[in-house]
Amino acid sequence: MINFQYLRTTTAKSAIALLGKDKNAKFLAGGTNLIDLMKRGVTAPEKLIDINHVPLKQIRQIGNKIHIGALASNTAVADHPLIKEKLPLLSRALQAGASAQLRNVATVGGNMMQRTRCGYFYDIEMPCNKRQPGTGCGAMEGFNRMHAIFGTSEKCIAVHPSDMCVALIALDAEVILANAKGERKLSFKDFHRLAGDTPQLDNNLKADEMIIGLEIPTNNLAKNYHYLKVRDRASYAFALVSVAAAFEIVNNKITDVRLAMGGVAHKPWRLTASEIFLKGKEASLTNFEQAAQLAMKDAKSFGGNDFKLKLAPNTIIEALNLAKSKA
Amino acid sequence: MLVSTSGVTFLLPINFKEISFSFYFKFRDGNTGKTVNFYRRIHNNEDSGNATIYKHPTMKSSEQKPNQGDSRRDFLKKTSVITAIALTPGTAIKAAENNADERFAELFEKIPLKLTVNNKAYQTTVEPRVTLLEYLREELHLTGTKKGCDHGQCGACTVHVDGQRVNACLSLAVMNEGKKITTIEGLANGDTLHPMQAAFIKHDGFQCGYCTPGQIMSAVACVREGHANSRAEISEYMSGNICRCGAYPNIVDAIIEVKEGGETI
Repeated sequence: MINFQYLRTTTAKSAIALLGKDKNAKFLAGGTNLIDLMKRGVTAPEKLIDINHVPLKQIRQIGNKIHIGALASNTAVADHPLIKEKLPLLSRALQAGASAQLRNVATVGGNMMQRTRCGYFYDIEMPCNKRQPGTGCGAMEGFNRMHAIFGTSEKCIAVHPSDMCVALIALDAEVILANAKGERKLSFKDFHRLAGDTPQLDNNLKADEMIIGLEIPTNNLAKNYHYLKVRDRASYAFALVSVAAAFEIVNNKITDVRLAMGGVAHKPWRLTASEIFLKGKEASLTNFEQAAQLAMKDAKSFGGNDFKLKLAPNTIIEALNLAKSKA
Repeated sequence: MLVSTSGVTFLLPINFKEISFSFYFKFRDGNTGKTVNFYRRIHNNEDSGNATIYKHPTMKSSEQKPNQGDSRRDFLKKTSVITAIALTPGTAIKAAENNADERFAELFEKIPLKLTVNNKAYQTTVEPRVTLLEYLREELHLTGTKKGCDHGQCGACTVHVDGQRVNACLSLAVMNEGKKITTIEGLANGDTLHPMQAAFIKHDGFQCGYCTPGQIMSAVACVREGHANSRAEISEYMSGNICRCGAYPNIVDAIIEVKEGGETI
């Protein structure tokens, strides 16, 4: 690993000030993705600002919102009684990701900031517009089994690898960001970006900003929910396709429904059209099938990932069925 | 005032064109009486013939990094080594005296680290890029913790940090300041094996044994976390530890025995 300057700080204010001094510095939290990328030479920051001692680990409810600090570990969030009771979908999604060892150190903020696991991005001998803009996309006509089917661009067909983020977009989370001037809130759906012409940018975090935490509104989705992750082995693998499904049924009708997918796009993919279709309808297999069909409207595959065009709708239907059977 | 100098060390030149030295100085400030350690690598560049601050052979040149600006490295590269060393003590002492909550490595190639490993306290200095795994194996010679994939995919390097299992390969040593580390060497009580170690032997929970220290550390944590209630749950929560010999059924047997033994581990 190329050596770097290491700075350690204990307050968000000083972390932001240090970042302000050097826009090329990177925050170091759990490090499970960043250190890996540095070892492979994908990234080589000159300066790391260790923020592990910044007190942003709280998980608590204030009014009708659940607040999660950016430095809470994936394990801490998944196992927290409040999350298990009020946001079990988030808990399940977190448990579906990585391994126990990684979840113990990986943080909420770091999970949001993790880079794609596209093999062409990781292999520095290969062309990759995300790693080195302008060099081309190796995946487009290469091995693209893991790659995106929604919202792709000519520059990049990588997917965002997170499970947690799929649940968060379904739960209408908001991200709290801060710079030296103050804080701002960003809807979770606007945090990550599509690749477009700038695949090097994964998200809309500004160069001088720090992720402070999340706010998630409480809901009535803790009864009928499921996070279904389809992958190459039973555990500890990235998703081929994953679906977060949750709904509320009153008098046999769906009154609120959330659907989002992972492993299919450059960002967590919310299935808005399917949600609109299901609202007010019965939670029946026929309706689930139609909702899944609606979700696939603009899907486009690239050879290696053609199977996702069939796998994705099937996973949506199965996730909805499993959510229903929880009642 | 220079109070001590450790000898000059030859580092094996990677491309055989460059020769590197490392210097270790101890300075004492006449006013405050504080001692400051100063470590610097210097390499002799064949092309220029000038001594310059050591640069890792794989590091990109500054030409490739236009944004580098007037960074520490640029500054030091432009400065003669003697000047750099002459300038450093005062600044370094100032940094050492500053008890602020920020620890700067800018003036040191190595930075201070205090941690406890298997109930023994260590105080040392490490380069920021040294992982916890490398520190345990190369510095403390605790080679029970294995380097498998070195990318957090196999679990061979699993250790406990403040009681939680982590992959030592994806944690920098400096991130573990003040932490309590337990490795496989710290599990047994003298000559008495830890119940999980004994169960792995009894159930033949390994073949080649390379993944075993990581498996055992992970298994102990799995039971302590309360995630060993069924074969399925154990498989899920042990999925971060890969065994290429395929000893999985026997590993699960060992964990079940320890769990059902009901002993506090």
